[in-house]
Amino acid sequence: MNITDMKKEVKAVIDNCTLTHEQAMMNLSSIPLNYVEFFDTTPRFRELREAGVLCTMSEGNGTYAPRYILPDYEKLMREGCKFPRLAPPTNLWEAVTVLEIFYQHIPSVTHFPVYLGPVDKMLEPFIEDEEEARKLIRHFLIFLDRTISDSYCHMNLGPEETRAGRMIVEIQKELWENAIPSMTLLYDPDITPDDFAKLCVECALACAKPSFANHKEYSKLYTTPYGIASCYNALPIGGGAFTLSRIVLSRLAERAKDSEHLIHDLLPIAAKELCDYIEKKITFLVDETHFFKSNFLVQEGFVSLDRFTGMFGLVGMNECVNILMAKEGKSGTYGYSEEADAMAKRILDKLTACVEGYESRFCDCTGHHFSLHAQVGIADDYSISPGVRIAIGDELPLHEHLLHCSQFHPYFKSGVGDIFPFDETAKRNPDAIVDLIKGGFAQGMRYFSTYGSDADVIRITGYLVKKSDIAKLDAGIAVQQANATWGLGEVRNSRILERKVRSLE
Amino acid sequence: MKALVNRIIHTSVVDGPGNRAAIFLQGCNYTCSYCHNPETIHRCVHCGVCVPVCPTGALTMELDKVVWREEKCCKCDQCLAACPNMASAKVREYSASEVMALLKNDLPFIRGITVSGGECSLQRDFLLELFTLAKEKKLTCLMDSNGSYDYTADAELMAVCDGVMLDVKAWDDGLHRKLTGMGSRMVIDNAVKLAKAGKLEEVRTVVVPDYLDSEQTVTEITRLLSPFLETGSIRYKIIAYRPFGVRQPFRSQLRVPTADELQHLEDIARRNGFTDIVLI
Repeated sequence: MNITDMKKEVKAVIDNCTLTHEQAMMNLSSIPLNYVEFFDTTPRFRELREAGVLCTMSEGNGTYAPRYILPDYEKLMREGCKFPRLAPPTNLWEAVTVLEIFYQHIPSVTHFPVYLGPVDKMLEPFIEDEEEARKLIRHFLIFLDRTISDSYCHMNLGPEETRAGRMIVEIQKELWENAIPSMTLLYDPDITPDDFAKLCVECALACAKPSFANHKEYSKLYTTPYGIASCYNALPIGGGAFTLSRIVLSRLAERAKDSEHLIHDLLPIAAKELCDYIEKKITFLVDETHFFKSNFLVQEGFVSLDRFTGMFGLVGMNECVNILMAKEGKSGTYGYSEEADAMAKRILDKLTACVEGYESRFCDCTGHHFSLHAQVGIADDYSISPGVRIAIGDELPLHEHLLHCSQFHPYFKSGVGDIFPFDETAKRNPDAIVDLIKGGFAQGMRYFSTYGSDADVIRITGYLVKKSDIAKLDAGIAVQQANATWGLGEVRNSRILERKVRSLE
Repeated sequence: MKALVNRIIHTSVVDGPGNRAAIFLQGCNYTCSYCHNPETIHRCVHCGVCVPVCPTGALTMELDKVVWREEKCCKCDQCLAACPNMASAKVREYSASEVMALLKNDLPFIRGITVSGGECSLQRDFLLELFTLAKEKKLTCLMDSNGSYDYTADAELMAVCDGVMLDVKAWDDGLHRKLTGMGSRMVIDNAVKLAKAGKLEEVRTVVVPDYLDSEQTVTEITRLLSPFLETGSIRYKIIAYRPFGVRQPFRSQLRVPTADELQHLEDIARRNGFTDIVLI
């Protein structure tokens, strides 16, 4: 442990005028966990991590709570919660208050709740006087935006249309300046009315939410209900994910002679190292730290150990394939050549086999295996595209792009998604975007996000940020939303603002 | 039966409800002064004037025909600017089944097709084939038309056409003739008969102040169609003239309407019972 380095890191946080007190406090809390180790890692793992091939996602070495927690909110509404002394709500005022309080007590990697639950379903039984309900929901949405300073927190809606769901979307559209919370419509065209889907598209063009999750596909994932948390992670309700680590495929490709070398030699070794690491981290979290022993969420049954999984993320498929194609003297590129896409599928087949072949002591909800995840990237990634996305600047014509997504999304159980910004022509015909989503989902696409190119709130990679906040940070002014700083990094490193804007002629 | 196709847009939001593919056919029987794409009006006569202006060699003269190689084309449109004939060498001949094959990747994402132009009704036999094939794929089929074709006399085509988006360019026969070269009677007749048959998808009027009497056109056509609004709303698109793509000397002569002028026309349409009005 190097105390001088630590001092430097601490100083950088406490001197930083672009941080709020809350952000500084949270940044400080993570520093010591980078300087201590509680479980062994192999020399090979450390070499791969230092080279950036494997990445532990700033979790630190002393994980003491699951990364993503999806509490059972139905239980909360039904029974209340003893620890924060919340009785089951009997009217809308109480329901909103119970949620506002409960959210403050849910840990996560960012210390903010990443899953707000199926809020439309939770509030619907209490909707009586429409005018009063609108006032309260408006207050509730503003409260969330100003107290949860992080847009990884995610509200779920649908697939059924409810009065509460419609009010939430209508009011969110009016509150288009708010980046928080993120929202996803669990969308099934056979259940969700077209008119409600259209309203959701209109709202998304105004403020980048909700996104759309393929409910038909995701509802088959687990034996128990799922929710969408954090960026777009599909995880079991009453559980979540212990941890997320990732492999950076493009950096592995730089080490490979060709695709066969990567698939048969490098990938299995790197995947095994990462799986071992994830297992050790979960073992530490479960066996040694307090969460699964004493946290009220566990003790009162809002989450249970058997509904958590470990997430195995990947990024940089686009660059990985292009590097390997070039090394093999071939001209095709990812998204444009059948050969390149076939290579990507061979890599994914192999990685799936590696991950599925690894037996975990934990992860009962995913058959004692870790779950493959198309990770959206971190602010420091440079020329590394999220998950299996086609690189910004290389986007395909819209329909071909959606077909490409449809081929690659089904590999990922615990989250994958693509983003399609539209210009103002789409606002005049939001039905057209509903058609695109329906078509994509019927072809196997799992998750669709959109935003209007003229909106302030946009989706960076998986999370929402205000463009005006990024401009402020860039000018050295603090903003309330913690992950806006990641947004600034991504804008600088990943050309987010250059993403192809679709014009529907 | 092959048609001359100027362009296919695989995802279009402005050519009818939802996401649609739009197919633009070459050739029009009108010669509107404000036409935004005059290169779609006539068919290429293979005069070869465009060949030497092409910077990439995509156009060549072969056996007295101008040949266009799409893969070499840089889409600079200098050939269109040079054409003395209001035509384009950049067109392709396709059969209906060839067009359907080109739409293969679009099928999951579109709810229908819209055929535009030029004037699509001039290639009526092709339309019949294309719409019949599109219906097999459960697509809705719309026509974007200048209204010069006698739709009611063509039951066979109307059986596979779900609706017509009709240009009502001018109410007054003389002004219509000044603008297009043909009178307005057939258009107005079509508006009523299509509305009666429930196949008037949309009415469109381009507003050119001082050149056309848009107030008269909007007033008269909305009054005429108002009885049909009871059975279903008809969209009225009131479109501001824009100089983009318009040929000279008209580009220097025509004026863009103000927002107030457009709003005034919307108010007239609204007073006559129209509710679905789009100002563009």
